[in-house]
Amino acid sequence: MSYDRAFLVAAGRDALRKLDPRWLWRNPVMLVVEAGALVATAYAALAAFEAGRRSAGFDIAIAAWLWVTVLFANGAEAIAERRGKTQADALRRTKSDTRARRLHDDGSIEVVASATLRKGDRFVVEAGELIAADGEVIEGAATVDESAITGESAPVVRESGGDRSAVTGGTRVLSDRIVVRVSVNPGESFLDRMIGLVEGARRQKTPNEIALSILLAGLTLIFLVAVATLTPFLHYAGREPDTVVSIALLVCLIPTTIGGLLSAIGIAGMDRVMARNVLAMSGRAVEAAGDVDTLLLDKTGTVTLGNRQAVALVIAEGADAADAAGAAYLASLADETPEGRSIAALAARLGASGVQPADATVVAFSAYTRMSGVDLADGTALRKGAPDAVLGWIRARGGEPARDLGEHVDRIARAGGTPLLLARNATALAVIDLRDVLKPNMAQRFARLRAMGIRTVMVTGDNPLTAATIARDAGVDDFLAEATPEAKLRLIEREQRLGRLVAMTGDGTNDAPALAQADVGLAMNSGTPAAREAANMVDLDSDPTKLIEIVEVGKQLLMTRGALTTFSIANDVAKYFAILPAVFAAAYPVMHSLNVMHLATPQSAILSAVIFNALIIVALIPLALRGVRYEPKGADRVLLENALIYGVGGLILPFVGIKLVDLLLVAFHLT
Amino acid sequence: MTAAGWSAALAFFGIVALLTKPLGGYLARVFEGQRTPLSPLLRPLESAIYRVCGVREDAEMTWYEYAIALLLFSAIGFAYLYVLLRTQAWLPLNPQHFANLSPALAWNTAISFTTNTNWQFYSGESSLSYLTQMAGLTWHNFVSAGAGIAIAVAVIRGVARSQTCRLGNFWVDLTRACLYVLAPVAFAAAIVLVWQGVPQNFSPYRQVTTLQGGAQTLTGGPMASQEAIKEFGTNGGGFVNANSASPNENPTPLSNLLELVLMFALGAALTYTYGTMVRDTRAGWALFTTMAILFFFGFAGAYAAEAAGNPLVHQLGVAGANMEGKECRFGAGASALFATVTTDTSCGAVNAMHDSFMPLGGLVTLANMQLGEIVFGGAGSGLYGMLGFVVLTVFIAGLMVGRTPELLGKKIERREVQFAILAVLVTPVLSLLPSAIAVMVPAGLATLGNHGPHGFSEILYAFTSTNANNGSAFAGLGPNRFYDYATGANMLLGRFAVIVPMLALAGSLAGKRAVPAGPGTFSTRSAVFVALLLGTIVVVGALTFLPADALGPIAEQLFLRHGVTFR
Repeated sequence: MSYDRAFLVAAGRDALRKLDPRWLWRNPVMLVVEAGALVATAYAALAAFEAGRRSAGFDIAIAAWLWVTVLFANGAEAIAERRGKTQADALRRTKSDTRARRLHDDGSIEVVASATLRKGDRFVVEAGELIAADGEVIEGAATVDESAITGESAPVVRESGGDRSAVTGGTRVLSDRIVVRVSVNPGESFLDRMIGLVEGARRQKTPNEIALSILLAGLTLIFLVAVATLTPFLHYAGREPDTVVSIALLVCLIPTTIGGLLSAIGIAGMDRVMARNVLAMSGRAVEAAGDVDTLLLDKTGTVTLGNRQAVALVIAEGADAADAAGAAYLASLADETPEGRSIAALAARLGASGVQPADATVVAFSAYTRMSGVDLADGTALRKGAPDAVLGWIRARGGEPARDLGEHVDRIARAGGTPLLLARNATALAVIDLRDVLKPNMAQRFARLRAMGIRTVMVTGDNPLTAATIARDAGVDDFLAEATPEAKLRLIEREQRLGRLVAMTGDGTNDAPALAQADVGLAMNSGTPAAREAANMVDLDSDPTKLIEIVEVGKQLLMTRGALTTFSIANDVAKYFAILPAVFAAAYPVMHSLNVMHLATPQSAILSAVIFNALIIVALIPLALRGVRYEPKGADRVLLENALIYGVGGLILPFVGIKLVDLLLVAFHLT
Repeated sequence: MTAAGWSAALAFFGIVALLTKPLGGYLARVFEGQRTPLSPLLRPLESAIYRVCGVREDAEMTWYEYAIALLLFSAIGFAYLYVLLRTQAWLPLNPQHFANLSPALAWNTAISFTTNTNWQFYSGESSLSYLTQMAGLTWHNFVSAGAGIAIAVAVIRGVARSQTCRLGNFWVDLTRACLYVLAPVAFAAAIVLVWQGVPQNFSPYRQVTTLQGGAQTLTGGPMASQEAIKEFGTNGGGFVNANSASPNENPTPLSNLLELVLMFALGAALTYTYGTMVRDTRAGWALFTTMAILFFFGFAGAYAAEAAGNPLVHQLGVAGANMEGKECRFGAGASALFATVTTDTSCGAVNAMHDSFMPLGGLVTLANMQLGEIVFGGAGSGLYGMLGFVVLTVFIAGLMVGRTPELLGKKIERREVQFAILAVLVTPVLSLLPSAIAVMVPAGLATLGNHGPHGFSEILYAFTSTNANNGSAFAGLGPNRFYDYATGANMLLGRFAVIVPMLALAGSLAGKRAVPAGPGTFSTRSAVFVALLLGTIVVVGALTFLPADALGPIAEQLFLRHGVTFR
């Protein structure tokens, strides 16, 4: 992302505004720097008026650079927030004030501003209108253009009942008329929360951020004591200590690098989540994603493409292949489901053709009969469906199915297919082999997850045989077959009892308890309000595999904090060597031999350290915003690499940096 | 430096390393309540103690019950010793008819022994009766070390257990530490010391005429029994003022070696106990390795400084090592080794005067204590102090792996970080702040033996040593009421302000669920972890003191190079 002038000016203004101690108190490290800057400024002012005081220029320079340090840290936060705002504004534009037609109990309709809609209100939307608020379709069905929030241009169907009932405020209805019940009060929608999070205004520190802040505050206290006691110690040595120098030493020692960038890292993490079109309820949820041990993935839509395809027609004993294909074709012509269409296509490939007789009666699939088909005018009945259901139907008509059917059915199931039985009147003709189609590249993604230490569990309603085969083909670690909502919930609870953090995706109302129980629940935007409410993240693109990316963002968030903390602490070694000889040179001139970096003068040494300390914050802003790269290589390997880069690097870099600044100061006669 | 000096150090450390596994394993068995070879003998006694004291052996305590039991026990122990010191003149076993101690000195001494510090503002042979030494000091030498071990075991349980709030029973742990660990080892070691010539009697001091015709007082008393526990319990309070430099307390090279080994034995063994109890012995060895590296760095520094000798003395035509304040029979190597070991642990026994070390040699002893006595460390306190740093390191470094940091499967979160940083804060804050007060008030400067940087080192050393519960001293600093009270308070805080947060940390960890380790979890046994732990210890623990040290020993060394000394 490039920053234009206006963006940087705005961020600069924010940085100045954040100098307010009431804002800065949330960040104890930078608050100490600001207090130091204030005192140094007072000293510099006194020195400037005190005629002949040699160190006025030095005091002014230190005071100025301390202010710059605070401003840089504030700037980092401001840039992160501004970036979030840019993204949030884009989202918010979809929320621009719309009119809503509120539906009263008596059926009357009143036109109101969308902002006045409360949870539980109902409103009517027709083709061409914007949906005024988040809610659930309770009446009718419509195609909706959700491109405003998802970027996906193809319209989607939203209808009452079922798992496709949720609509989002700001999206447009393209056809038909629906009645929507509002599911959130103004200001509480996912979008509102997300905007609040990235703008920093309502950002709460995450648990890990709080723990790190405590550590940083503790370190600050230790260094505060170390530097404050130096004043009496120097006094004992017969020297009057220079307060400005002490402040400079303190600011260099306390962990300003991580202290200055900590909140920017957090905001940028949320921002990266949002850039993936996922709305998170809290930073805590994103952080938890980094810790996930077990990932529950729905088979359909995640592991496999949503629909099964007919791949073979296994002819029953005594039946004729061409006849069976023709029957399969006829039985599926009216079936508009993807499975039905794939059966018709398969039959056509096997030579069947023709059109539906006009006088045929279509028997639709129902959850009760678990089969579908046609009844022809000549009394011929064709059925296809779950083997046991169709067998029952055959027997009810006095037929006796061929004996080899059971074998075929079992074999297909064992191989991971779904067997459908095809029958005409009282005779079984064939078994249709429906196969799941695996999504491409999923095996690699599961391998990557395994390398991260995450176990994937595929959840499916299939029987254990089918599930085992698909699980093996897809490369997931485990599966839950014949999953009911209760079984899912029990699985999550069992994993959690073992101390594992569980993430899952879901969209249906019956997923809601499991989504709520999971540590990280990612609901699909297309899902029901119940699912979205139970989850702590919503994926606007309704792509269940998105969870993998969120896990990586969570890990990056923690890694960036750890890397910069290590870097910040390692920096101290060089700073001691830069500043201490300079601090003590006045008390004990022999101490000059500790000046291993051969910095020009005590003043230039201290100033160089302070300048380096400020500049390193700016230099690391891009890293804080981007995050440390995450590669799943195993913890020990990752630790070694990062320890080398940020630990050893943090040890060496300031020696070089401070020396360079010192050389520049000398070259430009600034000492 | 000589090959002999180094080989003695390596041989000593070899013995410690060999003892670590058997002793550590034995400790684990004792505290997990399993049978040990000593059980047939000691179990009846142990049960009798519980019956008499009304301790329910199986009733485990939460962390705060454990802490309260310890505080209560220490408070009563303090009061008991205080009364004994204030009334010894009227009590038996006082052949030299020593007077009662002053309130300030009694307060200081009672705290000193209750906290396992054994800071000595009194001179043992010229102010304490045999009863006080035996029933007062030696009693505390056992129970303060026993309490330290108990705390360490409770903290280990916190790391090892999951989903419980119980850390064990303080009274049981204390009894077992004293009965199964301290008493048998001290008994055996005392016998060896008697064999080597350490006195063990109740006779009055003997007045003798030396060969040159001078008069000399030969100190007697129950020395060997106190000597053994003095080292093994990392107490360090000598029977006589000269401590292990005295030929009575430390007569031979063998007794010197034994005393060195006794000082490190418990601290080293507890790393293995930790590994055993948390079911990851390699994690225990990682701690051992970290400590060993710090020890050898310290020894190399101290030995190099002492062996190099004093340039000003060299100018006078006397070549060789710095021998001021050293026993000729020990020389630079054994003195530097003893000084390193005694300040690595919280022992504080000395066989040479640290005050007379070269400035850089003195810096090593100072820096060892400034780390917080975690290089093998005090009886128990070394391990729990080190675990504070482990938690901080796991937290900082663990983040770099991309998960919420875990210590052996337990997530390190807000509470753990809070308690660990509190415990780690204690040493720097409470060593530096009182030193700053001391250099500002007249009473703080009144009893200084030297001026300039060396005088400053003496003050800094006093507060570092008392805070770290070490008890050794830069002898130049004399006692007065300011130091009696100030170092007394500092010893109290140095012990309990670390113990309470560490117990709280253990309680918090014990309540957690342990996540099974996976490829994404961070291990505390790798070389990288050892390196990071060392980095954290050095930057957070030691460098904090660099400004202060620079004004003390470092300045003194630089001045010495220019021929300037301070009287």
